[in-house]
Amino acid sequence: MKYLDEYRDARIARALVGQLARRVTRPWVLMEICGGQTHTLMRYGIDELIPPQIELVHGPGCPVCVTPLEILDKAIRIASLPDVTLVSYGDMLRVPGSRSDLFHVKANGGNVRVAYSPMEALKIARAHPDRRVVFLGIGFETTAPANAMAVWQAARDGLQNFSMLVSHVLVPPAIRLLLGSPRNRVQGFIAPGHVCTVMGYREYEVLSREYRVPIVVGGFEPIDLLEAISMLVAQLEGGRAEVENQYVRSVTYEGNRSAQELMRRVFEVCDRKWRGIGVIPRSGLRLRAEFVAHDAEKVFGIGEEAAEEPAECISAQVLQGLKKPVECPAFGGRCTPGKPLGAPMVSAEGACAAYYQYRRHSRATPGDLP
Amino acid sequence: MSDERNPMEQFTCPAPLPPQDKVLLGHGSGGRLSAELLRDVFLPAFRNPVLAQLNDQAIVNVDGIRLAFTTDSFVVKPLFFPGGDIGSLAVYGTVNDLAMGGALPLFLSAAFIVEEGLSMEFLRKIVASFQRAAGEVGIEVVTGDTKVVEKGKGDGLFINTSGIGRVPAGVNLSANQARPADRVLLSGPVGDHGIALLSQREGLTFETPLVSDSAPLHTLVAAMLEVGPGIRCLRDPTRGGLSSTLNEIAALSRVGVVLDEPAIPIKEEVRGACELLGLDPLYVANEGKLVAIVEAAQAEKMLAAMRAHPLARDAQIIGTVTEANRGLVTMRTLLGTTRIVDMLSGDQLPRIC
Repeated sequence: MKYLDEYRDARIARALVGQLARRVTRPWVLMEICGGQTHTLMRYGIDELIPPQIELVHGPGCPVCVTPLEILDKAIRIASLPDVTLVSYGDMLRVPGSRSDLFHVKANGGNVRVAYSPMEALKIARAHPDRRVVFLGIGFETTAPANAMAVWQAARDGLQNFSMLVSHVLVPPAIRLLLGSPRNRVQGFIAPGHVCTVMGYREYEVLSREYRVPIVVGGFEPIDLLEAISMLVAQLEGGRAEVENQYVRSVTYEGNRSAQELMRRVFEVCDRKWRGIGVIPRSGLRLRAEFVAHDAEKVFGIGEEAAEEPAECISAQVLQGLKKPVECPAFGGRCTPGKPLGAPMVSAEGACAAYYQYRRHSRATPGDLP
Repeated sequence: MSDERNPMEQFTCPAPLPPQDKVLLGHGSGGRLSAELLRDVFLPAFRNPVLAQLNDQAIVNVDGIRLAFTTDSFVVKPLFFPGGDIGSLAVYGTVNDLAMGGALPLFLSAAFIVEEGLSMEFLRKIVASFQRAAGEVGIEVVTGDTKVVEKGKGDGLFINTSGIGRVPAGVNLSANQARPADRVLLSGPVGDHGIALLSQREGLTFETPLVSDSAPLHTLVAAMLEVGPGIRCLRDPTRGGLSSTLNEIAALSRVGVVLDEPAIPIKEEVRGACELLGLDPLYVANEGKLVAIVEAAQAEKMLAAMRAHPLARDAQIIGTVTEANRGLVTMRTLLGTTRIVDMLSGDQLPRIC
């Protein structure tokens, strides 16, 4: 298939791996930020291909994993109301809240629907004026413009039965947090290509300068990732720390300015809690006050409810690159995607789930049964 | 930010949810949840040696005659889809379950659960399609039942069919018979049925319209059995797709299966739709394909016989049964690395981005 097969080509991959092997002279620790990139690395076994001096650790860029428990609990409460249709991206349905998940709300008669876009929720709201339609607006900068558009259109059209439960998060504050940790091991970052398609990569230059760390904006296909790794290693071996763009077919320096403008009009920056991480200052987006009529938290008057998550797994170390998922004693036994102990085991984009889905055979010995 | 207060140091995690007390949609997906439902609810209640084989059909011996017996329910939406409808699907689905046991289809039952308000014209069309399909296969509809449920209590129409067939002497196919070194054969491209339905529901269109592969496989199976012994097991990868079927065989036979990614046929339109929708074609349903586990020495001959049949022109050898990694399906990827092809927990869920 055009524009895909080229980026999955074994011959090109071999050439890039050869280039990488010639470039690398000592150990380096690199982190891909986005869960979609983690997924590709595991699915294609790219960590098996690259020289052993390069260690890949996996970042916190899995939108499903970092959505706070409190938001899920709120979504579950709202979805349980008889006159509500809750619309969500598919992989949020399985994520456990404190006591339930959206699948169970649906099984108990709640009206929960899966959509690919918030615009579908708008359509449902227009078609069913008797129902209150709520979209669960989560994710990074990637999903924010479409969510902003839905709210903006609802406001423009006076669509009173549409609201959004917003819990957006932003990538740069999370990178800053990682780099500020005394235990940080990461020496180079693959920045998330789709976030940068929207935002451009100007805001990563500050981080790169301040922490003297190379950052390469990378795509999501195997060849994209191999090329991004090679570019990072070239910088590290050459003593450079710059922002470079590998994903040129999608990302520009300035990004999508109309999308950014729409986001600014509808959202404002706020402190945001990340599941498993805690509050990161100025790391999220919330609806501006003028859109209060479409802010589900206000519409449903649901206040803050503290949700406690007992410390049972090692996702802290996994997301800082201190440990690999397979080093967790619970991995694949007490903790599986069916019964997750921690956020990274929940979504396909979570590092633990990616290892579980694609890589646990490397631990299995002949004769083992799963 | 102060380093000693770095929130990264304070990761916490959610506790697992208590065991499920309600049936979820995912319990019907053909994945791990379905398997758990069988294991925890149905098998303990109905325990017997025939059922325990967990094949697509039961093979029972009646006065020296080996009969294949199977049942299946059809809840497809939309009722009419590109390449078929629920009527023909309900015939072919049960015929295929018989065929996977090597049986010649003989008799069929038809139970229609109709929702009040269904268009009479729709119902007539579906019944006509059912009859046409049964006639084409040569299976006789010898008994049936009709129920009408209140509006809102059904989804237009559900159909259940049960089938009886005769297993020829010497034919003995079962999902627990795969042996190391056997080859895995696939009769053609996967994912057509699921993606054809999903595209219609999502309003996706392609340059070449994609149609369901819904078809009866009994003549293909008969042609394969003529090649001689060497077939260990046949399965049609319906709900849950190729991946779930191979995972079941790997578990029941206590073997590993290694697939060769470049060898697995997938149509361009299916690949494109899956990329767009964030789905993996290996988990998408088929209604006219079969997987055969065949003794290595017979594999090439079997492949040739399959390719000579109109329903398996694009058949491929897609993998090998191994001693290693028992119970697991793994795959040599396009890049030459290895990964697991896991059984899904429930339904495939599209990722956010």
